[in-house]
Amino acid sequence: MDLFEYQARDLFEAHGVPVLAGIVAHTPEEAKAAAEKIGGVVVVKAQVKVGGRGKAGGVKVAKTPDEAFSYASDILGMDIKGHTVHKVMIAQGADITEEFYFSVLLDRSNRNYLAMCSVEGGVEIEQLAVERPDALARIAVDPGTGIDQAKAEEIVDAAGFAPELRDGVIHTILKLWDVFVKEDATLVEVNPLVKTGAGDILALDGKVTIDENAEFRHADHAALEDKNAADPLEAKAKENDLNYVKLDGEVGIIGNGAGLVMSTLDVVAYAGEAHGNVKPANFLDIGGGASAEVMAAGLDVILNDAQVKSVFVNVFGGITACDAVANGIVKALEMLGDEANKPLVVRLDGNNVEDGRRILAEANHPLVTLADTMDEGADKAAALAYGK
Amino acid sequence: MSIYLNKDSKVIVQGITGGEGTKHTALMLKAGTQVVGGVNARKAGTSVTHGDVTLPVYGTVEEAMKETGADVSIVFVPPAFTKDAVVEAIEAGIGLVVVITEGVPVQDSASFWALAQSKVDADGHQVTRIIGPNCPGIITPGESLVGITPANITGKGGVGLVSKSGTLTYQMMFELRDLGFSTAIGIGGDPVVGTTHIDALAAFEADPETKAIVMIGEIGGDAEERAAEFIKANVTKPVVGYVAGFTAPEGKTMGHAGAIVSGSAGTAQAKKEALEAAGVKVGKTPSETAKLLREVYATL
Repeated sequence: MDLFEYQARDLFEAHGVPVLAGIVAHTPEEAKAAAEKIGGVVVVKAQVKVGGRGKAGGVKVAKTPDEAFSYASDILGMDIKGHTVHKVMIAQGADITEEFYFSVLLDRSNRNYLAMCSVEGGVEIEQLAVERPDALARIAVDPGTGIDQAKAEEIVDAAGFAPELRDGVIHTILKLWDVFVKEDATLVEVNPLVKTGAGDILALDGKVTIDENAEFRHADHAALEDKNAADPLEAKAKENDLNYVKLDGEVGIIGNGAGLVMSTLDVVAYAGEAHGNVKPANFLDIGGGASAEVMAAGLDVILNDAQVKSVFVNVFGGITACDAVANGIVKALEMLGDEANKPLVVRLDGNNVEDGRRILAEANHPLVTLADTMDEGADKAAALAYGK
Repeated sequence: MSIYLNKDSKVIVQGITGGEGTKHTALMLKAGTQVVGGVNARKAGTSVTHGDVTLPVYGTVEEAMKETGADVSIVFVPPAFTKDAVVEAIEAGIGLVVVITEGVPVQDSASFWALAQSKVDADGHQVTRIIGPNCPGIITPGESLVGITPANITGKGGVGLVSKSGTLTYQMMFELRDLGFSTAIGIGGDPVVGTTHIDALAAFEADPETKAIVMIGEIGGDAEERAAEFIKANVTKPVVGYVAGFTAPEGKTMGHAGAIVSGSAGTAQAKKEALEAAGVKVGKTPSETAKLLREVYATL
């Protein structure tokens, strides 16, 4: 999960990373109050999880609380690259003399962590990495030992910081490493890391991605979720612990296992080419359990998608036996009653497949059609969605 | 022959007394796996019974290995305890640990992977191979199952299979059930996994029983692109590929923690092109992939 800048700032502060005052505001009134509280010059910053907000007019310097009110009025509700601004952060103004860059992230390819650091911050770091790779120090970090004093020194020296900045930057990097480890992050990025006129090192703008798998040891992380951004169907699915992603299409998909469901989306999209270009409407992995309740909750979400015209249930019984899935479908249709009003194509294979198919055949539900293979099921579901 | 696992492998189950551990211990025994015991510190000294087999429960992996001669462990413990379980297996020096658990924090995986890399034998070889986490495990049909793959899909044969996805592994074994498999291995869909496509490709290349290889990938990361480079330089056996997630939109995680298209990186199209450039035939669907493999297999 990617965090907003103000959430990253709050985490930084909690772990002792030097930051400036910053208060999130949802209305111009709150923005004005925040500016009064902070005092002096403030910056009104749009809180969106996308880059380029400065160029889009989402960052303004306000000299007075009234100006903060006025800029917040302009920025709230603004659209930045398809993201609506629901919040602004009122940040204390900074007297910046130099800008640097630091990040530490999970490096999938090398199965360790990577720290990146540059004395040239404030720019698009991807651009710097391409145009002047030598200006960006890249230091591998062993997950066993992490960033200790020696590693922080190595990073800072590789980036080529001036001697008088060294201690301040090392201190900040060690605190940022605390954020990375203690919050189970996969990315902690500071751009820019700055030097102020007084010679202090500050993290001015932060980006943090946290690992949702680690939520069990971070009770506070659930509150970081952006309720505004979630599609209503996705929010409903999440409440039921369903792994659901809303897409733009007509064929609802339910399957077990992430790979098989992704594959099902592809096969339905290909089949759709022969049926008016209908497309998959969602990703929904019901996982190993696939009880009647899970199946009902899944069907409920999909049938509530007004765009959906047909549903393709594609299950290969591994952990999940097909008879359990078939019983789940039958019970789910019972539970949903009249709300179940779209045709279902069901393809089952794997453990106890004969029992599964027999249960569905005996139930003989008017909405359910059986398919022998994945390709056949996709074709039937696409045809039904197209109205044939 | 096979890779990583055969009929002589002696297997212990970490989490043998839990729900998943109980269910799959029974299924593994039924598949012919030599399950020799389990580990649960709180239930050390007790035993579990499946049919006419009674298995001792030990307090530690080290003790279980000493008492039973086990060389493989399978982990069914919940995510919060997975790191400790895997670390224990590595510290005990077991040869293979298969981590089924889904939802392991990636820093935990990175940490036990770093530990495993640091433990080498006198020849400099890593002592413990890790498969997973978040994977269906490994099956050498007719010999041994260490995982949750249905053992009755198919039997022994000349196809080697490596896949990020569990259910796609089952689907492909089902499609090619008449040919049979040397070994099928599900490496898992997390961002950090212990065994990669490349590891499995190298092992299949060296395995005399494996005649052709199916490699299944999915969106996210660059493992498939790296595998393509490896195939070009090192694999002489025919490889057929499949990549799931052509219709996945950018920025949406598709179930597996690792399955996300970020910018131009990690798309199914890029992976398909990289594999094709390495001479790998790539199917658009699982059934087409099976057909391609069948065509290649017929010429061997």
